[in-house]
Amino acid sequence: MASDDIFILGINMTKFGKHPDKDALDLGAEAVMAALSDGGVTMADMGILAAGNLLGSPGFGQSLQKQVGQTGIPVYNVANACATGATALRTVVMAIKAGECDMGLAVGVEKLAGAGLLGGGGKPKSDDDTWTPNGRYGAVASTDGRIGTQTMPGVFAQVGMEYGHKYGGTSFELFAKISEKNHNHSVLNPLAAYSKSMSLEQIMGDLMIAYPNTRPMCSANCDGAAAAVLVSGEKLKSLSDEQQKRAVKIRASVLTSDPWQDGCQILPDVNTLTRMAATQAYEAASVGPEDLDLVELHDCFATAELVHYDNLMLCDEGGAVDFFESGKPFRDGERPVNVSGGLQSKGHPISATGIANVWEVCHHLRGEAGDRQIDGARIGLAHVIGLGSACGVHILESAAA
Amino acid sequence: MSDTSTQIPMVDYLVLGDDPHLQATKCTSCGSAYFDRRNACASCFGTEFSTEPVATEGIVTAFSIVSFAAPGVPTPFVAAVIDCDGTQVRGNIINCEPDADTVSLGMAVKLATYSLGADSAGTEAIGFGFEPA
Repeated sequence: MASDDIFILGINMTKFGKHPDKDALDLGAEAVMAALSDGGVTMADMGILAAGNLLGSPGFGQSLQKQVGQTGIPVYNVANACATGATALRTVVMAIKAGECDMGLAVGVEKLAGAGLLGGGGKPKSDDDTWTPNGRYGAVASTDGRIGTQTMPGVFAQVGMEYGHKYGGTSFELFAKISEKNHNHSVLNPLAAYSKSMSLEQIMGDLMIAYPNTRPMCSANCDGAAAAVLVSGEKLKSLSDEQQKRAVKIRASVLTSDPWQDGCQILPDVNTLTRMAATQAYEAASVGPEDLDLVELHDCFATAELVHYDNLMLCDEGGAVDFFESGKPFRDGERPVNVSGGLQSKGHPISATGIANVWEVCHHLRGEAGDRQIDGARIGLAHVIGLGSACGVHILESAAA
Repeated sequence: MSDTSTQIPMVDYLVLGDDPHLQATKCTSCGSAYFDRRNACASCFGTEFSTEPVATEGIVTAFSIVSFAAPGVPTPFVAAVIDCDGTQVRGNIINCEPDADTVSLGMAVKLATYSLGADSAGTEAIGFGFEPA
């Protein structure tokens, strides 16, 4: 191993789902303690903590230290929408790469069970007594529902429909089939919030949220946490054979934001920044999409998974529908996508997601994924996107490779 | 149109009158269009802008029929992106059935206005959407 490489030494995700008896600190601490234990290290070894808890209180990282060990190390509380976990990971990567420390901890936690609609949801919308222009658009009334939608299921529905307009071949049934794949994958994942297979009929017949996304085609709001311990290649050399053998190499760690695109001022453009991140990651890792043994991508909605086949270049440009229909992204296919069950069934505790996706990939690369193990997995990719936007892509490789 | 003196547009980029239309803030160097104020153009960093009318006809490039929304938002409604002669516009598809048999990708639409009702001072707010052309 080269000294300037960076490795994941320990990593953990909690069970995703409803945890009414645990708060964000309990869940975060559970993931942190387990990740430290998985790596065979303690808080005394950590040189930095990057923590994300989007819906929590400021200073979450410091509160977490009080649960697991206060050593005076720098804490970075990070927030980047659904890419918060990947941002925490990336922050630790940068600190180690900069030589500021040789080991660090990244953690993401969310309490989201029962949160309902995200985006425009939540507060009731009521108009004022008089029409008074407000805000950057001089709006006299709430624009949500009057000038498009701000709710996530509707926004991402349009993302998938836009792909259909551009390249053709999409339908309600196609998007539902993508969801069917992920729900069927989830059956093998004991940590998933929902691990029941669903038939196409069940999915299409379920409650319509925002056409073409029915309820099971939307990511599941749930509670959960994930944490990772990162180490420099130089430091790893001084650790045990067992630690070296289970370490997972970070071949690429990339974070991008939206470059200017005409349409992105109106509808979030989740495509361009993902394609940029993937291009940079493949180049940094000196691998191509054809080298990936598994991919965990950000299927916050069934409509989103389709466009990311294309954005991550798992298929030719415009070929996402054919790619799916060829069976390649199924767990027995050539390029398994979301064998964890994806966000639609595993769940999406926002800040945890960007580390949990990496955990899933590491689990396979270490050969520890049990019943859902992708045999012989050596290289995998984890992708997340947070609207606004931020995109994180990590390419990982088993140390045994 | 009726007397516009007691009317107010729902957003400041909707221009009322005999020929209702949307207007965009366009960068004078690269032509990028925005519906709010910008300090510099997000595309070319230019700082000169002009106000230009946006075409009132366009085609639907993306849509969703939203069945669940925040309390107080009537559903279902059709949220869409409309390409108005090169300018991307966000708006609802109105004056047609909100179902996937009626609304389709590539459908031709045109701007339409409607009343949001009058406030306690008697001022009527006017909103906009796009209807089948």
